[in-house]
Amino acid sequence: MRVRRFSVVLAAAGALTLGLTACGGGDGGTTAKPGDSSLVSKAKNTKRVVIGTKWDQPGLGLNTGGSAPEGFDVDVATYIAKELAGDPNVQIEWKETKSDNREPFLENGTVDIVFASYSITEERKAKVTFGGPYIVAHQDTMVRADDTGIAKAKDLAGKRICQASGSNSYKRITDPPPDGELDLDAKLVGANSYSECVQKLTGNNLDAVTTDDLILAGFAGQSGKFKILGDPFTDEKYGVGLKKGDTKTCEAVNAAITKMYTDGTAKTLLDKWFGKAEGLTLPTEAPPAEGCA
Amino acid sequence: MDELIEYGPYLWEGFQVNLGLSAVCAVLSLVLGTILVSMRVSPTPVLRAAGTAYVNIVRNTPLTLILAFSALGLSDQIGLVFSEEPSTNGFWLVVMGLSAYTACFVCEALRSGINTVPFGQAEAARAIGLTFSQSLRMIILPQAFRAVISPLGSVMIAMIKNTTVAIAAGYLADVAFKMKDTFDTTGVSIPIFIGIALAFMAVILPIGLFTGWLAKRLAVAR
Repeated sequence: MRVRRFSVVLAAAGALTLGLTACGGGDGGTTAKPGDSSLVSKAKNTKRVVIGTKWDQPGLGLNTGGSAPEGFDVDVATYIAKELAGDPNVQIEWKETKSDNREPFLENGTVDIVFASYSITEERKAKVTFGGPYIVAHQDTMVRADDTGIAKAKDLAGKRICQASGSNSYKRITDPPPDGELDLDAKLVGANSYSECVQKLTGNNLDAVTTDDLILAGFAGQSGKFKILGDPFTDEKYGVGLKKGDTKTCEAVNAAITKMYTDGTAKTLLDKWFGKAEGLTLPTEAPPAEGCA
Repeated sequence: MDELIEYGPYLWEGFQVNLGLSAVCAVLSLVLGTILVSMRVSPTPVLRAAGTAYVNIVRNTPLTLILAFSALGLSDQIGLVFSEEPSTNGFWLVVMGLSAYTACFVCEALRSGINTVPFGQAEAARAIGLTFSQSLRMIILPQAFRAVISPLGSVMIAMIKNTTVAIAAGYLADVAFKMKDTFDTTGVSIPIFIGIALAFMAVILPIGLFTGWLAKRLAVAR
């Protein structure tokens, strides 16, 4: 009973803070006074931004031991940080954000902004304000380059697909909607991460790796031993994670994304990171913005 | 508490995998450990050297590395496949790695047991005409086993807890994986931690008590 009463208090406190932050954000958006708490004002004043990215995804955000990680997410983040601060020499501090610590890191201010293959979902919108999307990924399938038995996602029935620990992509193949999509009878092969899945794909215990095409493209571009089927079946809108209620920065981010696509930077970056991957169609214009809330 | 009740059946499925792994590994590691210790005390230098080398290499390698090697190296690259069904294959790969690892500790426990058997016993066995394998089987090992029941119990307890690193071999079915998988939806839940710890205690405590009792009962009076 004690526990239950305690959790009620916690929930009430949580609701209160949420309400307060929501109000604060609204004020910042309408009055836009100098020195308000939004990230875009802070970046303009201090010329400093702390950015969270993935550090373990080739092509998107990969820490190679240097001062900054490398990848498409990282380059987009750099471009947008410069736009937000209005200064090409803005100081950027990089932090690693994993799938399970993105929301707490944004909330407690460990990072200012997150570019970490962060799909916009209704569930997450409750905790985070999303700018963008800056790109839309689709779930796709990667097989060995010499494999002719699998040409479409539907061919995965009876095949061995990879289940990476901590990812739900496999459910879109094996389960019916709403959790899944295709409801095929595929066999699951376990692995600790997508890099391990890709290692297994070179061996003889796995037929296909299926997840977001941008993640696959990073791996496919690395070696050339694999091909992407080019049969996408979901939309994953990669958004820019911002502290809940920071709509002013959200608008600024959306403007920067549109500019990135119109001035040709987006095409350069997409070609740089995903140009080598076979079977991937790259977008030419900015995906429609979700709207800031 | 609600999460533990809601996900209890799912976690229990995982715990049964741990119990299955433990049961099979216990049998295999005891058999393999006995073979290893026979090699290590045999009069043939080649067998002795092979046994010593195996124990020293495998015992000093981290378990996660052995399991990853079983799955990524032996199975994926070299092509050792126990079953066409990936989950069955994963189970036996974990059994293989964990048994190979635990056997070293069984072997070393037994070897210390052999050292408690007075030298005169072996000499008397040879004097009445028993061969090496006969004297080991009928005179030395029975006494050695009785001397090391408690340490063997500790080895088995460590092995049961080691089943929770099955994830390292890419076998995503045991209770440690199911716990993490549950945390992806519920967030970290203290009751689930405690529930799993209690489940392990419920299995392991009796083993400790039983081997302690058995060791006392079967002790060789000298």
